[in-house]
Amino acid sequence: MNPRKALLILVPYMWLLALFLVPFVIVLKISLSDVELAIPPYTPTLDISAGWAGLKDFLSQLDFENYVWLTQDDLYWKAYLSSLQIAVVSTFLTLLVGFPIAYGMANAPDEWRPTLMMLVILPFWTSFLIRVYAWMGILSNEGFLNQFLLWTGLISEPLTILNTNTAVYIGIVYTYLPFMILPIYSTLEKLDGSLLEAAEDLGCTRTTAFWLVTLPLSRPGVIAGCFLVFIPALGEFVIPSLLGGSDTLMIGKVLWEEFFSNRDWPVASAVAVVLLALLIIPIVLFQRQQERQQEAEK
Amino acid sequence: MSEPAPSTGPSVFAPWNDPAERPLIQFQNVTKRFGDFTAIDNLTVDIYAREFFALLGPSGCGKTTLMRMLAGFETPTEGYILLDGSDIGSVPPNRRAVNMMFQSYALFPHLTVSENIAFGLKRDKLPKDQIAARVDEMLRLVQLQKFAGRKPHQISGGQRQRVALARSLAKAPKLLLLDEPLGALDKKLRTDTQFELMEIQETTGTTFVIVTHDQEEAMTVASRVAVMDHGKMVQVDTPDRIYETPNSVYVADFIGDVNLVEGTASAHHRDGKIEIHWAEGKPPIVGTPMQPIADGTRCTFAIRPEKVHISKEHPEGKSNIMQGKIIDIAYLGNISTYHVQIPTGEIFKAQTANTRRIERRKFTWDDEVWLWWSETAGVVLTG
Ligand SMILES: Nc1ncnc2c1ncn2[C@@H]1O[C@H](COP(=O)(O)OP(=O)(O)OP(=O)(O)O)[C@@H](O)[C@H]1O
Ligand SMILES: [Mg+2]
Repeated sequence: MNPRKALLILVPYMWLLALFLVPFVIVLKISLSDVELAIPPYTPTLDISAGWAGLKDFLSQLDFENYVWLTQDDLYWKAYLSSLQIAVVSTFLTLLVGFPIAYGMANAPDEWRPTLMMLVILPFWTSFLIRVYAWMGILSNEGFLNQFLLWTGLISEPLTILNTNTAVYIGIVYTYLPFMILPIYSTLEKLDGSLLEAAEDLGCTRTTAFWLVTLPLSRPGVIAGCFLVFIPALGEFVIPSLLGGSDTLMIGKVLWEEFFSNRDWPVASAVAVVLLALLIIPIVLFQRQQERQQEAEK
Repeated sequence: MSEPAPSTGPSVFAPWNDPAERPLIQFQNVTKRFGDFTAIDNLTVDIYAREFFALLGPSGCGKTTLMRMLAGFETPTEGYILLDGSDIGSVPPNRRAVNMMFQSYALFPHLTVSENIAFGLKRDKLPKDQIAARVDEMLRLVQLQKFAGRKPHQISGGQRQRVALARSLAKAPKLLLLDEPLGALDKKLRTDTQFELMEIQETTGTTFVIVTHDQEEAMTVASRVAVMDHGKMVQVDTPDRIYETPNSVYVADFIGDVNLVEGTASAHHRDGKIEIHWAEGKPPIVGTPMQPIADGTRCTFAIRPEKVHISKEHPEGKSNIMQGKIIDIAYLGNISTYHVQIPTGEIFKAQTANTRRIERRKFTWDDEVWLWWSETAGVVLTG
């Protein structure tokens, strides 16, 4: 490999090293430490001046205690499972909402598409937090939604939506919808219209052509969209803590509480490391899928 | 097109000359506009069952549009298209006994070669073994048995074209539309496939409408050729008549190589022949007009290069003799085309078969030669 090429490849690796690997090693180290009332609130800390013996001493104090603890208290695995469930369900709901929107955009007249695209991206122009707070205003008992439903006479009592899992689903679907729409839209937009004509020519109705041609060919977009929603939703913290109730159990919330309420950094770090390990599986699957897709498009 | 073909035996396939024959497809004053652009312009034509109807014309003249109207993807802006006597304007593509091979192939990228071919058969809910047998037959026909399990992106352009052909043939439709079906094939495979197509046509009785840019192909396979220009059919005729008796300069120029000479007609005494005065101080060209031409009409004399004889000696007792100098020779293997410049500057092309090896050729550059042709060899065109 020539040096220029090596240099080019080095840049992203340095980036990865600085922004992922180094912080990860630090977190991993903390997760193997013990909690202590000090600053920083864990022990041991590496004393470089003690030299080789210091390092040995340091390493001998690290253990897997915190990971064992995670398996002993059922709060943790329940939180993981519940997060997984919420992430799966909300990814599915996002797909249900996102696919028709992407399909509609891809079939809209050419001159409309930039506008529609703009509308999908527009929410990003305001702060995420503000938008989540806005949903609190919409979903609360005296909120717009309830007022509207009461006004139409559909309900006589306000619905309790805020501080339930329903509100969390609404929040996640709303927040991550663009990540679902955009990849699906880009595959549908690339779809060669003559394929649908060929399907019709060979005896398909419009509907069967959709099932046999459009849907299978949009699969890469659907998969990409699902991963892009599922991965952040799994570790989501802001939405469940603002829109969810006391019974909404998500690992992101547990993590936050360990860090800031209990000040138990080692356990919190262990939770984070396990979460990362859980996320690596779908991320690797996603990468493999992307590679296969690129292979197929060549 | 207008006058009946010379009387031929009853075995010759020419339903268009038989007034009792009912056409399979009728275009009745069909116009197709995209916005204010007219792609098909008031077109009326009949296509008969078992015909091999070839559409020939420059890019953008409306060939694909015509096919798409037959397949049902476009509806005529004006006029009617009848299939078997009934208007098919409102019949959706999946209900027409018509299959189309797309110019872009439109193969399903997520399906294998054999799944692509089976696609239409599955829609007909045929039994599995019947589908498999038919797919096998089609694969054999296009010589792709080895590639049955590959996806379209794993095969070459020519192979893709053959898959598209097989897929459109699989359902054995009443009418098959082929939009440049053989363009990406090499010469040998193309010739093979052409004969294959003709054989399929004979055995199944399918009617073919085929778009091609290859005149030789149109000449080989077609029962009739339609030469199109700007959404109109300029001439619809059998291949030999299109070639021998084009009805306009456009057709003569579009099909094959031709020498064109413009001039003014004057009536000639001998059996309807006329003289064309084409240059000051030059003897007029004697030719046979297709229709009677009035004195003084501007007209174009068209003659194919292979009908122009070339010799070193002055031909005795011939009409239409010219002398010139060879300025270019195009050697095409079996034939050579000589570009001969006559003293007034015009260049005539003459073609001869290369019956001898190239080094024994009779003529070479800068040779003074004589050109001549018979009085019936060319046509006189007024359009
Ligand atoms: N959907 C459409 N909208 C607007 N114009 C169109 C449309 N389809 C075709 N045209 C125009 O109609 C004309 C005829 O197109 P068509 O595709 O029939 O040409 P063609 O004879 O098949 O050409 P080629 O030999 O290049 O395939 C072209 O000028 C084309 O630009
Ligand atoms: Mg075309």
